[in-house]
Amino acid sequence: MTLKFDKHKVLWEETVPGGCHWSGLVRRGTALRLTDLKGSANVSMLLYNAEEKLERYNMPDTLKAQHTAYLTAGNVCYSDMGRVMASIIYDSIGWHDTICGLSDAELILKKYGASDYQTNSNEMYRNAKDGLLVELSKYGLGKRDLVPNINLFSKVIADKDGVLTYVLEHSKAGDDIDMRFDMNVLVVLSTAPHPLDLRNKYEPADVLLTAWHAGLASNEDICVQHCEQNKRGFINTSRFYAS
Amino acid sequence: MLTAFVESKLDPTKAVINEVCKAGDPWTGIVKQGQIFRILDLEGNQAVDTLFYNAEDAEERYSAADTIQKQGKLYLTTGSVLYSSEGRPMLTIIADTCGRHDTLGGACSSESNTVRYDLSKRPMHSCRDSFMHALQHSSHVHDRDMTKRDITANINFFMNVPVSPQGALSFADGISGAGKYVEMQAEMDILVLISNCPQLNNPCNGYNPTSVQLLIWNAN
Repeated sequence: MTLKFDKHKVLWEETVPGGCHWSGLVRRGTALRLTDLKGSANVSMLLYNAEEKLERYNMPDTLKAQHTAYLTAGNVCYSDMGRVMASIIYDSIGWHDTICGLSDAELILKKYGASDYQTNSNEMYRNAKDGLLVELSKYGLGKRDLVPNINLFSKVIADKDGVLTYVLEHSKAGDDIDMRFDMNVLVVLSTAPHPLDLRNKYEPADVLLTAWHAGLASNEDICVQHCEQNKRGFINTSRFYAS
Repeated sequence: MLTAFVESKLDPTKAVINEVCKAGDPWTGIVKQGQIFRILDLEGNQAVDTLFYNAEDAEERYSAADTIQKQGKLYLTTGSVLYSSEGRPMLTIIADTCGRHDTLGGACSSESNTVRYDLSKRPMHSCRDSFMHALQHSSHVHDRDMTKRDITANINFFMNVPVSPQGALSFADGISGAGKYVEMQAEMDILVLISNCPQLNNPCNGYNPTSVQLLIWNAN
């Protein structure tokens, strides 16, 4: 059985306003519940091993190990060292993008127009790439550490020719996902819009972060049991912490 | 399948660089702005794991996510612009007789092999080992202080990784064949880092890794 969210196990809560950025260490056995507070949220996220930051989320290894082009419950996030960094133990949404990358300053300006700090103070338009770089810089990391990311709450489908389409109104207000962290992970995230968002108004949704104690994955865990590859990934992770 | 078969008129005898990279080996090179770079699949079904860096400042490198996002399409072929992490064009594919190339599948490593196939597969030769070896030994990357930190999601030329509209991803039989090639023109001075993939556990190399040829021509 995978442990279910329990409000008595909540450690802390914090709201990240739409467009803003956040980072923090989430320890092994802790889960983060991310809740879309307004609908059509996007959370651009990257993961780093807190002890060895050269080890980081790896999009290709995550997709090919699980033979999927998107993430949902049962899927795990692999590092480039063959270890499970985090696992999706609950998901009310069903599809999270990890292919399309980040919004950047040029894209936000072109799509939504100018809205800078001098004019609009903290209502300024922020972008995901600069948000993540600000957070990464706090830990001595930078552009060399910016690799293909996860875009939670966003769905982009490909047709048979690989042409991509962003799915509007995919995530609804109140939708949520539980990510259990299976390693001590430095999480960096931005709530700026998805780069392929079709809406022409800058109104990224606020996202609630709720940290709760989930404990370690059991042998019956849905993410462990998802496929043979994940069983081996969890073995690699457990060896890293063996003492 | 969307394909854009475009042949090249370039004469291999006029190339300024004409080298063979053997099965399972790395290769590095410099392609100057305006020069044309060809990768030739000599025997067919050979995945060529490729990374590009700005030769002046390797912190700027090929970005699979920026490339996919800007073209709104997963696969690479003639007309695809390969974008950097700074959102700038690095190279443009100008000829392609294969028709489709992957940039989602990444490179194999001993660690990912333990996950994908078996814990006992760790000792098998892998693309990342080739990348690491090249970073330590190649004259083209010497003094650049590059490490695993600089290895990001790569292009797999000649590799077929179809994604279904339902989101399934598979490693399918190669669509390349002996003599197929892809050609690209550099939009800036480029450092090329290649692993000629040694993977034996899936069909990306037809279970038989083989040599590829690398050619560079001056502009016009």
